[in-house]
Amino acid sequence: MNNLLLVAFLDLKESIRAKWFLVYALVFGGLIALFFIAGVTQSQVMGFSGLSRLLLMYIQVTIVILPIFILITTVRSISGDRDNHILEYMLSFPISLKQYYWGKIIGRFITVFSPVFLAMLIAVIYGVTKGAAIPWDIFILYTGLLLALSSSFLGIAFFVSSVVKSSEVALGLAFFIWIFLLSFIDIALISLMMQNRFNEEMIIAIAMTNPMEVFRVAAISLFDPELTVMGPVAFYILDSMKQSVFIFFSIAYPVVLGLVFATFGYIVFKKRDLV
Amino acid sequence: MIEVSNLTKKFGSTISLDSVSVSFKEGDHVALMGPNGAGKTTLIRLILGHYNPDSGKVLIDGLNPIKNRVEVLQHISFVPQLPPPIKLSLDELINYVVVSSGVKKQDIYHYAKEMELELIPNLTKSFFKLSGGMKQKLLIAISLAKKSGITIYDEPTANLDPKARENFYRLLQDGRTEKISLFVTHRIDELKKIINRQIYMDLGKIVSDEQV
Repeated sequence: MNNLLLVAFLDLKESIRAKWFLVYALVFGGLIALFFIAGVTQSQVMGFSGLSRLLLMYIQVTIVILPIFILITTVRSISGDRDNHILEYMLSFPISLKQYYWGKIIGRFITVFSPVFLAMLIAVIYGVTKGAAIPWDIFILYTGLLLALSSSFLGIAFFVSSVVKSSEVALGLAFFIWIFLLSFIDIALISLMMQNRFNEEMIIAIAMTNPMEVFRVAAISLFDPELTVMGPVAFYILDSMKQSVFIFFSIAYPVVLGLVFATFGYIVFKKRDLV
Repeated sequence: MIEVSNLTKKFGSTISLDSVSVSFKEGDHVALMGPNGAGKTTLIRLILGHYNPDSGKVLIDGLNPIKNRVEVLQHISFVPQLPPPIKLSLDELINYVVVSSGVKKQDIYHYAKEMELELIPNLTKSFFKLSGGMKQKLLIAISLAKKSGITIYDEPTANLDPKARENFYRLLQDGRTEKISLFVTHRIDELKKIINRQIYMDLGKIVSDEQV
């Protein structure tokens, strides 16, 4: 086993034992269970039904809670280890900073992605046993979107973790990033910018830099574009852009964004004192 | 060989290490002494490549510990003053050391036994849940098992009881060969049989450096 995989494997094992992981897994598993208990698969509201409706609801809730979970559990990864001198000891062994940093990211990615994906997979399997038809197109798209959203926020979290010196500041910053991006989804974005008379292209451009907004729009892109259901920004984007192009963008952009932030984080990590 | 030339490290406006020059050659067993804030720990962190110096340089066998950290750290064993709250189990921590540094697992077990630390019943326990003394014993066992050319101990006996200290010093004497050992310490009496050089630091400078 090389050092990169060693660090990834040990971080994964350590995270899985942590209490936050238990809560994290229970929240996403619990959501799916709750949807089944509540009879979501049997209901027909606004044209969505069965597993499609369940997956759509799951993904809508995930937009809000997945980023904050990733941010608060990951921003202390490097800064916390620096704070309590774990880095000082663990990096007194012949492991390159590159292997340590990227190994941590790989380990943490598996930790945060697995529960959200498995919860969705379990929903599909359970749905099949109940005789529901599997919406493969939605399932594959949502898998890609969850992967992309996890990548982007993991990259942002590792960047914050490398840049700040104290884990307390990292935590505060994580909340700020989450609230900021959440508030710039659709309605708040529109109202704020209309008030200041920004043109619509600028509003859409800003919306498309927000990985949470991109995730939300892509999640409803497979359904008929109706303004009342989607909101103005999503409607405008899907109306003016080819669906396949937007879906490609919605997966590629957050992954690239995450990689860019993670790379900047690595550059900072490499240049700064380890203790 | 460790060569430190005109090394300066500042934290904000505080100068922690002020243009220090010193060298350590094979066979040097050095006690680094001085009051809190004298710059002892800063010096060893610079040697380990954990800090970027503001000016000056450190070379270990001709290699820069920041640019060539993997090659340099192959030959260094380090025990910190306070064991960090590592959440890995003992087995995982040992595995980390074995894979990253090529240390033999049976050597770690051997030195743990010499330090009177029972490893087998504790292997699945988290490192941070062990008592301070047990943690320190394991870190010492790992450092000895690594059989490095340079060993750096920052107050290694702070958490050890008298018997464990005795074991530690006995093992150090047994393995005292042509290598470099640096001890940050306030207990010079206990190290008298091991050290052959004593450096006293204050306010980021070396105040005295003498053979003993």
